[in-house]
Parts: sequence; C-alpha cells; structure tokens
Amino acid sequence: MSGAWPWIAVAVLGAYHGIDPSMGWLFAVGLGLQEGRRSKVLAALPPIALGHLASVGLTVALIAGALASGAWIIRPAGAAALMLFGLFRLWRPQAHPRWVAMRVNARDLTVWSFLMASAHGAGLMLFPILMDLPANSPAMAAMPHHHHLPMLAAHGHLSLATAAAVIVLHTGAMLVVMGTVAIAVYEWIGLKILRSAWINLDTIWAGALIAAGLLSLAL
Amino acid sequence: MALWKPDPTFYPSPRMAAASPREKLAYVAVFNPDPSNGHHDAMCVIDTDPQSPSYSKVVGRLEMPGVGDELHHFNWNACSAALCPYAPHPHVERRYLLVPGLRSSRIHVIDTKPDPRNPTLAKIIEPEEIASRAGYSRPHTVHCGPDAIYVSALGAPDGGGPGGVFLLDHENFDVRGRWEVDRGPQYLGYDFWWHLGYDVAVSSEWGTPAMVENGVQPELLMQGKYGHTLHLWDLRRRRHLQAIDLGAENQMALELRPAHDPTKAYGFVGVVISTKDLSAGIWLWHRSNGEWAIRKVIDVPAEPADAALLPPALKPFSAVPPLITEIALSTDDRYLYVACFGTGDLRQYDVTDPFSPKLTGTVRLGGVVAHGAHPRAGALNGGTQMLEVSRDGRRIYVTNSLYGAWDKQFYPEGIRGWISLVNANPHGGISIDPDFFVPFTGERPHQVRLQGGDSSSDSYCYP
Repeated sequence: MSGAWPWIAVAVLGAYHGIDPSMGWLFAVGLGLQEGRRSKVLAALPPIALGHLASVGLTVALIAGALASGAWIIRPAGAAALMLFGLFRLWRPQAHPRWVAMRVNARDLTVWSFLMASAHGAGLMLFPILMDLPANSPAMAAMPHHHHLPMLAAHGHLSLATAAAVIVLHTGAMLVVMGTVAIAVYEWIGLKILRSAWINLDTIWAGALIAAGLLSLAL
Repeated sequence: MALWKPDPTFYPSPRMAAASPREKLAYVAVFNPDPSNGHHDAMCVIDTDPQSPSYSKVVGRLEMPGVGDELHHFNWNACSAALCPYAPHPHVERRYLLVPGLRSSRIHVIDTKPDPRNPTLAKIIEPEEIASRAGYSRPHTVHCGPDAIYVSALGAPDGGGPGGVFLLDHENFDVRGRWEVDRGPQYLGYDFWWHLGYDVAVSSEWGTPAMVENGVQPELLMQGKYGHTLHLWDLRRRRHLQAIDLGAENQMALELRPAHDPTKAYGFVGVVISTKDLSAGIWLWHRSNGEWAIRKVIDVPAEPADAALLPPALKPFSAVPPLITEIALSTDDRYLYVACFGTGDLRQYDVTDPFSPKLTGTVRLGGVVAHGAHPRAGALNGGTQMLEVSRDGRRIYVTNSLYGAWDKQFYPEGIRGWISLVNANPHGGISIDPDFFVPFTGERPHQVRLQGGDSSSDSYCYP
C-alpha cells in the first residue's frame, strides 16, 4: 500500500464502524426514542465517539510503542493477535460485553463504546495499515539481524503525529457516518430498517481480521 | 446457526410486532395430572391456520423423557429484546423453547426447527445444575432478555425460600447463576418481568414450594401468608429498589404485565383472592415522582352460589370466588384480559387509560358452578385460566387448568382439558370462536405460545 490508500482505508474502516448498528448509532436512536427528543440522539454521539476513539487510540498507541521498540517480533506478533482475535470472533460471533442498560449517562456511553469497539477488534484492524504507512521510515532495515528475516521485519516507527492523525481520521469518519445514520433513522427512515438491513457481517469481519493478519505478514 | 439478517420474528417495537402476520402454529405445554399412570408430559403443536385442513387439531407431539415434570410456563430462547442496543445479538434464531418442569425442576430445551410441527428435545438442564450454580429450584417464568435468558424460581432445592431469578446463557443455555446481587427484603418468588426503558425489573410473590406443592393451605391463606408484595429492582445493578405491600388480605399477587411500550412506566398485577370478601382484583403499579406506587383499578366480586353445587373447600362460603389467576395485556397496551378461574369469566378491559379500565366484554368458559359452554363441546369444566393474546391482539387462546395440586380443590371431579379461542373486536368486545376447540383426554393443556411470538413472550427496547 502506498500514497493515499492507507488513509482511505483508515477512513473507510471508521465509516464501517459508523454504519454498524451495534457500534453506536442504534443506541443513540434508542435513547432519543425513549425521551422522544432528537437532542438526546445528538447528545449520545460524542460520548460514543469518544469511547471508540479511546479504544482505537489505545490499540494504535500499543502498536506505535511496539514499532518503536524495533523488535522483529512485532510483525508476527501483531499478525498472530489479529488471526487469534479473528478465530475468537468466529468461535463466539454472538459474544458481546455486558455493560449498562437503557438508562445511561455520558460516562456510561463512553465506557460502553470503548468496550464494544475493543470487543469488535476495531483498533486491531488498523495494524496492517499502520505497519505500512509511508510515514514510517525503513530505518530498521539496516539492523543486522533483520537481514535474515526481511519480510517479517517492522518497517519502522510511527510518528506521534501520524498516529494521532490515524486515530482522529478513523474516529472522525465513524462519527460523521454514525451521526448521519442516527439522524436519518430517527427522523425519516424508522427502526423498521433494522429488520432488513442489519446484515450479519460477523463471519466476514472475523475473516477480515484473519486476512489482515496474513496480509501484515506478507507485506 | 447464525442468521444472515435478524430473525424475521424480532420486532424493534411493539407497534411493529402488532402489525405482523397471523400465527400459523401454537405450542402448548400439556401436563399429565396423575404421574402414577406413568404417562409423560408433552409439548403439543396446534394448527392455528384457518386455511389449513388440520386447523384446530394437534399436529405434533413431543413427550418429555421423565414422568411428573408438571410442564407449566415456558418461553422462547430469543425474542425482540435481542435487538436492544446495549447488548445486541440480532442474528440468533427464535428457535428453542425453554420448558421448565415446575415440579421436577428440569428445564427442557426443545428445538422447533427444521420442522416446526415436529419439535425435538435438544438438551435438558438438570435440577442439580440449577441448584449448584444458582441455589434455586422450581423454575417458573422464562423471559428472553437483552443480555441473557431470565428464569424465575419458586424457591430453594429443599422446598423453602428464597425464591428468585437466575440467568441462562443465551448461546449455550448454561446456568450462569443467581441474578440478584442484593435481594433486600424479598423472600417469596413467582413472576418476573421488566420495564426495559427504565432499567427496572418487577417481581411478584406466590409461596415457597413447601407452601404450594400440596395444594392451597387454608390456614396459610387466612393468615395472609401467601405473597402480597411487589418488588421493584434495578435491572442493571441487580439490586432491590422498593417493596410495595398490597396488604396481607390481598393473597397471591401473581401475574405481572408491564406495558410493552418501553417509554411507559406502568403495569398490571392480578390478585387471586381477598381474604376479606373472596373478591379478586387488578392493581396498577406506576411511577410517580421517582418512586413506584400502586393502586387498585379493577375489583371483581365473588358470586353467591348454592353450597350444594360447591366443592368442599368453598361450601362454607356459599360463593364462588372469581380467582384471577392470569392476566394478559395486548401488544399495543390497549386491552387487558383477565381470567377468572373460579367463575370461568374471561373479561376484556379497555386500558387506554390504565388508571380507569373500562369493561368492554365478557365470555364465560367453564367455571365451578357456571360450566360455561362452548358451541362445539357443550358445558365445560375447569375454568378460563391461561391466556395468550396474539401479536395483533385479535385472538386470545384460552386453556382451563391452574396447577395440579390446586385444580382438585376447586374442580374435584377432575379437569377435562381444552383449548378455546376467543376473538377480539379491534373496537372492543369479545366472542367465543365456534370453529376452534381442542379437547384433551386425561391431560391438561397449560401455557400456549404462538409461533413467532405473542403478547407475553417478547419485550422491546424501542417504542
């Protein structure tokens, strides 16, 4: 991957999380309907986005820290984490965090969103993209022991600015799409849409996690 | 087993459920009142499609492996609550019936697929598993919740208390344990449901297994020892919030029917009998200034009767108590149906204003003295008891037995089981359907569940 593609991928993944009912917009709509007020829908969006940002941010920070260490193990370890998590999602597709119920404040929503995004593997999916962002300098290639395993070596470290840009772009795309869907469903479409459009992507998402693991080994 | 789209029988709101197509099949728990004959309880499948040649007939039957289970209440593994936003799992199937034996404490997991007319036994949750993981016994009410399957239980394995609620995993049906973190003063258990929009659960009281399994005990009744308190709970934190005592003379506050609309904070509870005057009543719990309050909204008086026509237990009173043992609320929260097991009445009330119900219809099927007749069967015995209202609110399925040990105190001649259908006019009024009648020989149908859900199977997170 090169050029704009990694950034587009980061944004598309964010948009995908925004459109997924279980990541937030449905909760926002439910809270709005319970009170009969659109302002409740809108008020729910920032805390949900914040929780998502925290989850993705934590994962990106971990990856960035790992990359900074320069150890050759980072790439296979990240790939293994992706594949193992994908296998878990295949094994227990219905697994979800048990946290809160319908009466929630902003803090509850933030923690809920953090848990949902983490259980989904939202941040983990960014691993192969982060590994290959053009901003990463190939400094590590010069390390002697990497000559033996050139394909598995980490390219380099992730700058703080790049990491922050990834997190903000991903969550920003998520927030925009989530907000648009939430308002459209609340105002015009109605929840009947759930019955036809809530497509089960559990298996595809689990497969994508595994594929991303393989990809990050291969790139 | 996961579905590509949400199960088509899951509805985000009660309004959408009420607009769904008519049910084609009904499942009914059938109980053998005399286990000494070695016959098994069964899950029967009834054809409810008027276009079908086998309409109003038993088209399937699955016998339980044990004897003496006393199948009673049951429910689906998954329902519309799977669409709730905080713990969504929309791609599970409404497929399994969880069918407790109220006496044996076995929970039968019955698979209604691939052939819904020929259900099969998928698994049995043994009483030992329930006892060791949750400390409970005599499972009663089953509700598919947003995050787990909730089951209420009458008491402890030794026949004492407390009764309470335990959870089953909604994927593999393992017993996850006791639900309550802090049960406060609650001791007796019976029914359990919730207001999902308020994170509030409600439970009611009957008696411990020792108090009910050998029949209603008149001395306990007269001393007001059976349940008469409603308990409100924090559904999220599993803590007792408030107890509302209806007064000891209001014996057995049993069936709980909260509004289906999650934005509405009220519900109805039926009281079987008042020890003051043998009347029965319906009470309305509601939220007022952050607290929960209750008031009586319907009173059904006892009917004077010739003592010669009464069973020994009622002779001294020369009256038939109505015995409100079951109530049902239509999915649109507009009509409340009240079953009077003593008089045989099925009453329909318009509860558009829940504080002032209006009686809009009555039919009489069976009854201790009345023996209200069905056009296809003549005089009936047993009395209107279990009710199940179709999703669209147009049909009410009625069965006629209460609980083995109690049936014989009110109907000592023995109950001849039946299922009847009562049609509801959308503008009020009810009538017995002359074409639907399912008789049973030597066994008693109890709760009915409709294929795809009914008015007491599902709960909703969206109005």
